Amino acid sequence: MTLLAPPKAPADTAGSPLGTRSGRRRRYDVRTRIITPYLMLAPGIILFAAFMLAPILYTIYLSFQRTQVVGLGLGSGARKQVFAGVANYVSALTNPEFAASVGRVLLYGLILIPTMLGLALLFALLLDSRRTRAAGFSRISIFLPYAVPAVISSLLWGFLYLPAVSPFYFVFDKLGWDVPSVLSSKLVLFGIANIALWGGVGFNMIVMYTSLKAVPTEIYEAARIDGASEVQTALRIKIPIIAPALVMTALFSMIATLQVFAEPTLLRPLTNSLSTSWSPLMLVYRDAFTRDNIYSAAATSVVIAVATFAVSFLFLRIVQKRAFGQED
Amino acid sequence: MRTSLRMRALASVAAAALLLSGCSAGAGGDGGGDNGGDSSGPVDLNYWAWAPNLDKVVDIWNTKNPDIHVTVNKQDGGDPAITKLLTAIKAGSGAPDMIQAEYQKIPTLVASDALADLSAVGANDIKDKFPDAVWNSVTLGGDAVYSIPQDTGPMMAYYREDILKANNLTVPTTWDEYAETARALHKADPKVYLGTFSANDAGWFTGLSQQAGASWWSIDGDAWGVDIDAEATNKVADYWGGLVEEGVIDNKPMYTPAWNKGLNDGTQAGWVSSVWAPGVLSGNAADTAGKWIAAPLPQWDASNPSDGNWGGSSTGVTTQSKHPKQAMEFITWLNTDPEAIQALIDTSGIYPAATEAAAGALTEPPAFFSNQPDFYDVAAKVAQTVAPFTYGPNVNVAYSAYNDEFAKAAQAKKKSAFLDAVGAMQEITTADLKKSGFTVK
Repeated sequence: MTLLAPPKAPADTAGSPLGTRSGRRRRYDVRTRIITPYLMLAPGIILFAAFMLAPILYTIYLSFQRTQVVGLGLGSGARKQVFAGVANYVSALTNPEFAASVGRVLLYGLILIPTMLGLALLFALLLDSRRTRAAGFSRISIFLPYAVPAVISSLLWGFLYLPAVSPFYFVFDKLGWDVPSVLSSKLVLFGIANIALWGGVGFNMIVMYTSLKAVPTEIYEAARIDGASEVQTALRIKIPIIAPALVMTALFSMIATLQVFAEPTLLRPLTNSLSTSWSPLMLVYRDAFTRDNIYSAAATSVVIAVATFAVSFLFLRIVQKRAFGQED
Repeated sequence: MRTSLRMRALASVAAAALLLSGCSAGAGGDGGGDNGGDSSGPVDLNYWAWAPNLDKVVDIWNTKNPDIHVTVNKQDGGDPAITKLLTAIKAGSGAPDMIQAEYQKIPTLVASDALADLSAVGANDIKDKFPDAVWNSVTLGGDAVYSIPQDTGPMMAYYREDILKANNLTVPTTWDEYAETARALHKADPKVYLGTFSANDAGWFTGLSQQAGASWWSIDGDAWGVDIDAEATNKVADYWGGLVEEGVIDNKPMYTPAWNKGLNDGTQAGWVSSVWAPGVLSGNAADTAGKWIAAPLPQWDASNPSDGNWGGSSTGVTTQSKHPKQAMEFITWLNTDPEAIQALIDTSGIYPAATEAAAGALTEPPAFFSNQPDFYDVAAKVAQTVAPFTYGPNVNVAYSAYNDEFAKAAQAKKKSAFLDAVGAMQEITTADLKKSGFTVK
């Protein structure tokens, strides 16, 4: 991140070119100088407050409320919104479905993130190596799946996973192989990770490749003169230099993993092995829109948001020293 | 220079403010029917519905009634429309005048105070046009009328006649015979199933339980009863769990690409469905037209025929509507007038709830069943035997519990898991009611 920090402005010459104005003029200057930036920021601040801050505060407010029903709960005035204290948080944290969904996405992340980043790094290094042919074409083909929306790719893969309609299973069948369905309960986790992998490798590859391109070629020349092979250059020079990019892609991948929603939601109608609470966000969606309990959904959302912040912060604290150490 | 910059900043603030107020005004205006009082002048009514081509039926009304103009706002389906309506009700504005509501959604809508009581605007005058069991589901057994029935979905069974014949089998009339037929078919060709147990379709299982005599909710004074884990439901779960465990009935969900393929290539040789099935079959397996036969559901007790309901919907007026009287006028026409009924059958392909008006219109079988001239006679006969059933205020919770619990059971392929799933549904549904503060007996 520090790489991106703008260079320090040479000197503050733009603000007050002449220091010899009358007092009246100076007061006016000070006032405008304080107000103008805020006025210019106002559109951003207003939009941020209206569409980010307000919904977040409202969600937090809702997470402390609950419905209270009177009698049969039919007709007007039969339902009231009342203060619930921390009851929603207690039930969110003690809900076995929530714990199970967190467990599933952790396992999913353990499978997905190393594979995805490993492949992305491998492709980036291959594309950056001197001997690569058709680099432009390869780069585009690896990146292209990222341009396919998750909804579309999940539907496409869903078709490929269903043995009855999949061309893969048609071939397996002709070969006489008995391949278990990817949508069965043991394999469905890998099936979902595969969709995310297919879409995610290209994006991460581009990030890494771009930061490889920013490395001055003199370093490689020096390495070559010292007799380093391509592999040695990659391991000892390229990877350490792009470590900040690796950290960022890892962080983004972790956050995306915790928020996995589209792929399992779209595969769910095709199989019995995905529940409506498979991932934490699916649980939130079900509570809010299927079970009509926005209060419990709000509490679970807050828990997920706080946990995401905590995990990101912790991760950065642990790896920052190593990744960005040389710049301090 | 400075001044003009500041002016520009101010202008953009003003623009942003305009944008914001524009947004909220837009949301408020969505409800429609803003013009004037209840008595005079033309009235605009907004109608959220998802039945196919309903706008064409409404066009007939609009040309005849310039004073009450109805605009159909096409919805994605039953669930999203209700979710949107409940959000608008909570927000206090943005709801339409009228809504297409499935029967099982009515208690939820009434609990959220989303539906106006139509008994005040003469709904009881048209009570006689509908079967008692159907009328009961729009009154919830009380004095209020929350919605007017539009169509119903009496369950029926569909079989590939050619495949049954090729195996010397006949259409089963009891569930025992259905099981025998399923065994025989699957034995002859292990790829072929007479049907599938779908954990995705809670309404389907509800209808089958209704046929067996279940009624999952009940009202006792000021308390709700939950009776999912009762003998009738367990009988149905035990039966299907047994067939799935035996492997003679498929355990994959309906409405998947794989299921569609099965309907086309005959590996799904039957479908336990509803009166609206011809529409689905002609869309998903058009090439099999004329090869199917429709029959009443297999029976538990052949001497005492009974049926369940899967699907069907009603038209309600929302509590945010400023013109309930005019809305009622339109709804009465839409759901009881012979011309409207005919149009609903022809262009929307529904099975109307107004039995007498429908009888005159339902003479021809659906095109997909041109081989079966008595299609609607079968439908009319089974519609008479639909068993009473009470829906509760948290059908959504029970249905989502069905999806999760029966998915596990179908995956496990164990009869005992099917019975456990019924128990879990009962537990989740009851716990949800208690948590909201309902009195549960």
